[in-house]
Amino acid sequence: MLELIDVCKTFNAKSIFEKVALSHFDLKVNDGDFISIIGANGAGKSTLFNAICGTFLTDSGKIILDGEDITFKPEHKRAKTIGRLFQDPMRGSAPGMSIEENLALAAGHGGWLSKVSKADKEVFRERLSLLGMGLEDRMRQPVGLLSGGQRQALTLLMSTFNPPRLLLLDEHTAALDPSTSEKVLELTKKIVEDNKLTCLMITHNMQSALDLGNRTVMMHMGKIIYDVEGEERKGLKVADLLDRFREAAGRNLDNDRMMLV
Amino acid sequence: MLTTILGLGATALELGLISSLTVLALFLSYSMLNVCDLSTDGCFTLGAAVGAVVAISGHPYLSILAAMGVGMVSGCITALLQTKMGIDSLLSGIIVNTGLYSVNIAIMGGASLLNMNRTETVFTRAKTLLEGTFLGPQYRLVVVVLFVAAALVLLTWFLKTRLGLAIRATGNNPDMVRSSSINPAFTTIVGLCLSNSLTALSGCLLAQSQKSVNVTIGSGMVTIALASLLIGRAFMGKGSIGKRAVGAVLGAFVFRLVYTIALRFNLPAYMLKLVSSVIVIIAIAGPYFKKRFPEFRRIRQASKGDGNA
Repeated sequence: MLELIDVCKTFNAKSIFEKVALSHFDLKVNDGDFISIIGANGAGKSTLFNAICGTFLTDSGKIILDGEDITFKPEHKRAKTIGRLFQDPMRGSAPGMSIEENLALAAGHGGWLSKVSKADKEVFRERLSLLGMGLEDRMRQPVGLLSGGQRQALTLLMSTFNPPRLLLLDEHTAALDPSTSEKVLELTKKIVEDNKLTCLMITHNMQSALDLGNRTVMMHMGKIIYDVEGEERKGLKVADLLDRFREAAGRNLDNDRMMLV
Repeated sequence: MLTTILGLGATALELGLISSLTVLALFLSYSMLNVCDLSTDGCFTLGAAVGAVVAISGHPYLSILAAMGVGMVSGCITALLQTKMGIDSLLSGIIVNTGLYSVNIAIMGGASLLNMNRTETVFTRAKTLLEGTFLGPQYRLVVVVLFVAAALVLLTWFLKTRLGLAIRATGNNPDMVRSSSINPAFTTIVGLCLSNSLTALSGCLLAQSQKSVNVTIGSGMVTIALASLLIGRAFMGKGSIGKRAVGAVLGAFVFRLVYTIALRFNLPAYMLKLVSSVIVIIAIAGPYFKKRFPEFRRIRQASKGDGNA
């Protein structure tokens, strides 16, 4: 459903700060895939997401989503079919507006001059209650009052309110405390399963990279160095991933942000 | 004595309400869209000049629409500069403001002053219309109240629609707007078009009310409106959108009232702009110092004591 063909992106080209973020990158994602993406800092994981979302134009190559060439489609138009969550829980919602107003924008139906109807509010309330955080009783409060975990859960709800074709999770639980992180991850799993979403998830937690989803991709220097699914993946342990990295990259995966357990 | 006070109140009310339209414009651009629109001064004069020229040519009602129309164009240019041409939002306001100075004089036919003493305006029309009714003596106030009420109702309604929400979110978190499949450039353009049409309307009404346009009629307007906006915020706090919009209008009135009273105490008229500057400084710096106060106190105690207080 998503296909990246020979995609390249270099930052600060032809200067001493030149950084090849994606180098002749190829990836084919199948419908219903849940792929965890791992790799050291600077491997090009977030650049990959930015390229898919259209934050910038790639230098070369093609990006195809559901048979449509989206290589040159503007970011806000791609957002109709691609949902994205960032590591920073503050990034996905407007703090000065109420939960209800944030959801109204995310729901996005009706004309420009339409207002939130009673029926809409009922739906919002129902969806919020699924988060199990009591947010359904705080719909008129500004989002700025919520905790990081609550905001990330709300963002998750907002970006999947109209189920996107593709959901991109960029370390979306990394900034949360362990128990909240667990909870948001559970919610993510549930929402992805319920809506049968195709999903890419960047994570630094090697264990959850193997636990979640059906496929794991390891990136290094803007390329995929290891791509595993099915039976082979089932028997895999974190130590195997580290071995794989050493084989392919020629060095140890030493990274203080990487969680090896 | 009483009549003097009432008279003062009425003048402050009229002038305050006229400038409250500019305050509402800034409420939209500054408070909602988070853009400090420095083309406000020029746009105010633009509305006044176009309104005057059209009224002088014999179309008092059309003058209102014409002023709002050119205001929209001016806002659209400011918005295009910052969303499509990579010019910083403050800078694009300043650039448009500078350009408008020439445009305004050109519109006024090369003169820096236009007189409307015998011109039919919306005010003279209202005077004839209300002659003999109980509203007759207050015809000027009636006109202004009608415009402000309409602007207030429409703006409050608009900010609750989907487009209005998108404009508010643009000032709050443009990333989130984009991920809601809305182009923040579009919402910025719409927002600035609307806010500048209000600014131009405000200028048009002031010119017609005082029966003349000077090319400097709008100078300092952005600071005056900002001062009023911040006064309004102090009164109304952070309530609902409707409440905050009413606060903006109230702020404009209070600002004028204080100023009118100050004039009574022989404060020269040219002090208006200094007063507005000081109010803006206090209104913005006040909360900042209040927030930092515990830190200052700790630093002072530390320097007095053993450095570990």
